[in-house]
Amino acid sequence: MRETEGSPIKQVRLTVNGKAYGLDVQPGKTLLELIREDLGLTGTKEGCGLGECGACTVIMDGKTVNSCLVLAAEADGKQITTIEGLADGDRLHPVQQAFIDHGGLQCGFCTPGMIMSAKALLDENQNPSDEEIRKGISGNLCRCTGYTKIIESIKAAAGNAGGR
Amino acid sequence: MAEFSVIGERVPRVDAREKVTGEARYAADYSLPGMLWCKLLRSPYPHARVLNIDTSRAEKLNGVKAVCTGKDFGGWTWGWMSSTRDESPLAVDKVRYMAEAVAGVAATSEDIAEEACDLIKVDYEELPGVFEPEEAMKEGSPSVHDYVKNNISVEYHWDFGNVEKAFSESYIVREDRFRTSRATHGYVEPPATLAYYDPSGYITVWAAKQSPYFHYRHLSACFKLPLSRVRVIQPFIGGGFGGTKNDSLGGDFCSVLLSKITGRPVKYVESMEEELVTSRRRHSMIVYSKMGVNKDGILMAIHHRVIADGGGYTAIGPLSLYLAGFATTLPYRLPNFKYDAYRVFTNNPIGAAMRGHGVTHTRFAAEIQMEMIAEELGIDPVEIRMRNAIDNPEPGAVYETINKVLVKTCGIKEAIQRVADAPLWRDRNKVPNKDGDISWGVGLSGTSYLGGARQMGHQACAAIIRICEDGAVNLITGATDCGQGSDTVLCMIAAEELGVRLGAIDIKRVDTAYTPVDPGSYGSRVTILAGQATQKAARQAKKQLLEAAARNWQVTPEDVEIRHGRAFVLSDPEKSMPFDRLARIACYSGTGAVILGTGYSTYGIEPLDLVNGIGNGGTSYSYTAQSARVGVDMETGKIITTDFTIASDCGRLLSPLTAEGQIEGASIQGLGQTIYEDFIMDSGKTLNPTFLDYKMPLSMDVPAIKLIDVVTDDPDGPFGAKEASEGSIVSAPPAVVSAIHDATGVWFKELPVTPERVVQALKNRKNKGASAAP
Repeated sequence: MRETEGSPIKQVRLTVNGKAYGLDVQPGKTLLELIREDLGLTGTKEGCGLGECGACTVIMDGKTVNSCLVLAAEADGKQITTIEGLADGDRLHPVQQAFIDHGGLQCGFCTPGMIMSAKALLDENQNPSDEEIRKGISGNLCRCTGYTKIIESIKAAAGNAGGR
Repeated sequence: MAEFSVIGERVPRVDAREKVTGEARYAADYSLPGMLWCKLLRSPYPHARVLNIDTSRAEKLNGVKAVCTGKDFGGWTWGWMSSTRDESPLAVDKVRYMAEAVAGVAATSEDIAEEACDLIKVDYEELPGVFEPEEAMKEGSPSVHDYVKNNISVEYHWDFGNVEKAFSESYIVREDRFRTSRATHGYVEPPATLAYYDPSGYITVWAAKQSPYFHYRHLSACFKLPLSRVRVIQPFIGGGFGGTKNDSLGGDFCSVLLSKITGRPVKYVESMEEELVTSRRRHSMIVYSKMGVNKDGILMAIHHRVIADGGGYTAIGPLSLYLAGFATTLPYRLPNFKYDAYRVFTNNPIGAAMRGHGVTHTRFAAEIQMEMIAEELGIDPVEIRMRNAIDNPEPGAVYETINKVLVKTCGIKEAIQRVADAPLWRDRNKVPNKDGDISWGVGLSGTSYLGGARQMGHQACAAIIRICEDGAVNLITGATDCGQGSDTVLCMIAAEELGVRLGAIDIKRVDTAYTPVDPGSYGSRVTILAGQATQKAARQAKKQLLEAAARNWQVTPEDVEIRHGRAFVLSDPEKSMPFDRLARIACYSGTGAVILGTGYSTYGIEPLDLVNGIGNGGTSYSYTAQSARVGVDMETGKIITTDFTIASDCGRLLSPLTAEGQIEGASIQGLGQTIYEDFIMDSGKTLNPTFLDYKMPLSMDVPAIKLIDVVTDDPDGPFGAKEASEGSIVSAPPAVVSAIHDATGVWFKELPVTPERVVQALKNRKNKGASAAP
């Protein structure tokens, strides 16, 4: 997105990982840019910038979004969770732990987005079938794993993730 | 079999926690105060002379700090060999592929840098282009580089045995033309770098490189600084798979130059579209394969004539064509072999390395052709492979191929047999092969790949083990984990050798100011070569620890052992102490005692023979057999893949969880290049430059994968290990294409087998009654 000279700056209030922020943003700024550049939360990745790879997936008001496609201004008043907001202190979220234990990651670049999609899936459906898991992460590209161990990780997490 | 305490355990990756929490920082996650952004202006033509570049309007734009063009690099060029240095950081006189970079801008924001690129005026004189390698090698075709004739970039002619005689004595001789797809690596992290040129003459970069020491040498040569003043610091790497992240790119050089001009740090992040239209991708190769067998289906001879689309520059192409040739004598006994290879310059993006490098093309052709011959002879696909497969040499024995490749362990027969015995193949006729419009089929392949790839120049990997006084251990290598899990494997090797728990080992990522120089992460080198170096370094450190313990207990060092984090006297196990205590004693014994172990690899030191193709291309060889089940919609041509069974001889699996993930992931990448992935090109222009249109497998597309371990104990690998994963990217295409044949009755010789190609082939067969696809 290009910055437009003289365009009005908008004030955005949002909650990210439980913390409230008020920020002045340019109209063209995306939620991804706000998260990475303004808040310095670089766990959320930019892969394609076109909503095709899912690396920038975050949870906005309970639903996953490609943060590269959401304007920062649209996130006004929203609750956002990023990968940095999943662990409870040193205690990892069950999905994070399952990805570690079951080899659900390799290079790690798609991992934050993948884990956010998995978490959102398990929040809605505590006991998904294989098919539902595949569907739940069908917007997230992974080139390293071939998805097999990601699916196994999410299945393993399903038993332990309820209520978090 | 020796007993191990860490090797072979299903341990999680050592970097997993940082990656699941988002703490792992990749190149684009780094920033520095005062940082500028670099963007490149790219050519709209695939072939054109650059007459003039006017940067004056860009320079006047508010926020622009510097602009550079090709001339600012003073005529410097680079390439994989000294004789192929044909590429400059930015095009100088001529662009040779579409989107080749011609100018770079540094500005206070990425948006301003991009806007400035639009203000640069380049006068081009468009030249006729050439886009098909077989056209390009004809006399009179447009010349991509003036220094070569008929656009021949690389040419090999190898001849082993007597193929003509063997063909004349063969019972069946087949000749077919195969072609592989225009596939790319498809990592999700686009190339990125953050560069700072310190005015006192030091370069520091945080760059997404899977082989950072290539980049280190390139920067030193380009900016005429001693290597001691070039510091490449390794961030986490978001996937590599060869090619692009093994080389330096225009944006890398421009970021450093623009930092030098401005005195400020400069960051460059490629867009995914830039990546997809310029990536140093897998070559598309045309393979004319001629194969002769006797009445029993025993291979008599193969002659391969390979024509590869090299694109605009040479890059690593000489190695690609070497690999496509030398490994054709594996995994089947082949008494006569001839290889004529041409890498041809075109005005397409650069052909380079990708996982399964070189071998995937010719092995695909040979596997399918062997199946076609088996069908003609009425021999079962398993049987023809078993009749030809190389036997596993007895321990200490060596099998030598006609081109003098030395095989010390070979699990191909066991792999094929175990895949044949597994339910997917065994029961293939027990399930219905028709279900409405869907026709089902099962196919099989048996392939090989090299590990510990050799090269022309610097070969050895090195490692340093430093024992800290509290019992912690630093492992320092020049090896790069670009996602494959090598950091985990190297830590496991160090822990096993030292007798400590895995958690005691802390591995450092590459920082060329401190870590030992290393060739890089390609050709499945790291586990074997950096692994051997780590093993030796750990042994050297352990020797010093044992000596310190022996002095303490007043016994001989041979009477001391360390296991599971405790040192003890073998003859008197009551005498024991925890590793951290021993470390302290050892570090404090004598003034300034420093426990450092160093080691470097010695496997596979002889350089490659590119000219004659004689000898080893790797240190050792993995073997893979695979079956695949597909369903083909006979109306729409759509293919679904439901099952893979893959048996891999990776020597001994050091880290099963890591190796499994590698084998699974590579087989899916192989599936992608077989039925989905292909750049659609129109006169040098990429028509599908996004992940939406360049379709890679998604979670909905992938089969259930069953893995079988075939354990051999290779003498040329740490703990008997060989490579894992490049094997299964090579085994997947022939297994899947055989399955498609089983389902449709059509042999597809061109990849990818898209729904359009399936529908067309079925239509052709209906019209002509022929069984071969176009």
